[in-house]
Amino acid sequence: MSITLQLPNVLARLANGQPRLSVDGATLGDVIDQVSGRFPELAPRLRDTTGEPYPFVTFYLNDDDIRFQGGFAAQVKDGDVVTVVPAVAGG
Amino acid sequence: MPLPVTSYPLPAATRRAALQPHGLACRACGAEFPAQPSAICESCLGPLEPRYDPRRALPSAQEIRARPATLWRYREWLPFRGEPKLSLDSGFTPLVEAPALARALGVARAWVKNDSVSHPSLSFKDRVVTVALNAAAAFGLDTVACASTGNLANAVAAHAARAGLTAWVFVPEDLEPAKIAASVVYGARVVRVRGTYDDVNRLCSQVADRFGWGVVNVNLRSYYGEGSKTFGFEIAEQLGWRLPSALIAPLAGGSLLSKLAKAFGEFRDAGLVSEPLPRLFGAQAAGCAPIVELVERGEGPLRPVVPHTIARSLAIGNPADGVFAAEAIRKSGGWAAAVDDAALSEGIALLARTTGIFTETAGGVTTAAALELARSGRLRPDDELVLCITGNGLKTPDALPARLLNTPVIAPRLSEVAALASHQ
Repeated sequence: MSITLQLPNVLARLANGQPRLSVDGATLGDVIDQVSGRFPELAPRLRDTTGEPYPFVTFYLNDDDIRFQGGFAAQVKDGDVVTVVPAVAGG
Repeated sequence: MPLPVTSYPLPAATRRAALQPHGLACRACGAEFPAQPSAICESCLGPLEPRYDPRRALPSAQEIRARPATLWRYREWLPFRGEPKLSLDSGFTPLVEAPALARALGVARAWVKNDSVSHPSLSFKDRVVTVALNAAAAFGLDTVACASTGNLANAVAAHAARAGLTAWVFVPEDLEPAKIAASVVYGARVVRVRGTYDDVNRLCSQVADRFGWGVVNVNLRSYYGEGSKTFGFEIAEQLGWRLPSALIAPLAGGSLLSKLAKAFGEFRDAGLVSEPLPRLFGAQAAGCAPIVELVERGEGPLRPVVPHTIARSLAIGNPADGVFAAEAIRKSGGWAAAVDDAALSEGIALLARTTGIFTETAGGVTTAAALELARSGRLRPDDELVLCITGNGLKTPDALPARLLNTPVIAPRLSEVAALASHQ
């Protein structure tokens, strides 16, 4: 089982410069936990101290904002793409 | 002073020699960064804003008045050192007193800040794009881009054509035809994306990362947003160096209202105005009202929505500055209101009938929301109110109430005109 996690440049720097990572897990939270374990510097940028996403970071599961799908509890499956996008854009 | 005369497009060497952008600081954690085409804090991913030297020399009202009537007359509050070279003629749109509208709303006085006649692309986006394109030129970027609900696309396309920059604009597939036309005509690459504005916005965040273009409302957003302040500076100057008691603006991404609060604060700090800051009111369409919902709820995170409204220029379900706009509204003692599509259509008609100004859907939302806020007592009989009208009605003619288009057809006979006149 493999999920692809896409990172923006500002976070890829903290993952040895890799903008795309292959990760396992049953939920989005599992995916974030695994990546955080592999790249400890990335961990505090993906979750706040309560374990939730920051207001300035949006996670998309395939094309959908995870806030419409249960947040980090959203189920993921083989082939899914999770995209992390800084929300400081638009308007 | 007369407007400066420029010739377009400018040679690349001229563009680049012009300006030094200010360094940046994170609005959330305070971390500081050098000037760069980035809007994101590397520490907390919060939004970056330009840093201004608090000891810099500021002009007096008299000195500002002596400058050309463009937004650059407030250049000490814009994020550059040096002389701008691009879009020197943007800004300084009319502030129109509207007594008939004031009577309709039941307030003491009302003015319309009329960016429906902004130059050159007929919306307030000329302000932000003016600043963003000067930043792009200063960073040596030859390609600019945007995610847009229409007006920004028009502005980027028009300003880029004048500057000799390549422009890519990304818009939702179902955008109004007039806004598509008013982008392609300038030679911009217009790309229609299947999805909502929020989908377009996500794509553009990835485009900025991948291609390194100057995406005005993504990686140039720190500079871009500062252009909105000039809307507020002009209101204060045109009112005779004073502030209104209340102001209402449309809310899309939420940037305009929070930048208006910043502008009024900066003019107060500079001693150019002395009144209390106005109560700030926000207007959204009922089919896309996440900021109104946050203002009404009072606290907590912004809850994004999937937009369903004809007010496409306000159809941002996940507004980047929504939290800041709600905070500015609450701190000022103001409020926010959402109106349905039928009400916004009538708002367009009310503004046109009472002021002679034909606005697009966002202006209809603003006018209808002002009416709603007056009815509910949030706007008061002694208020001096400024309505921020940000776009032109010729871009969204289909939003008019259908009853207005039911016009008579007659034979070319005077008797038929007489028959019509007798029924008036």
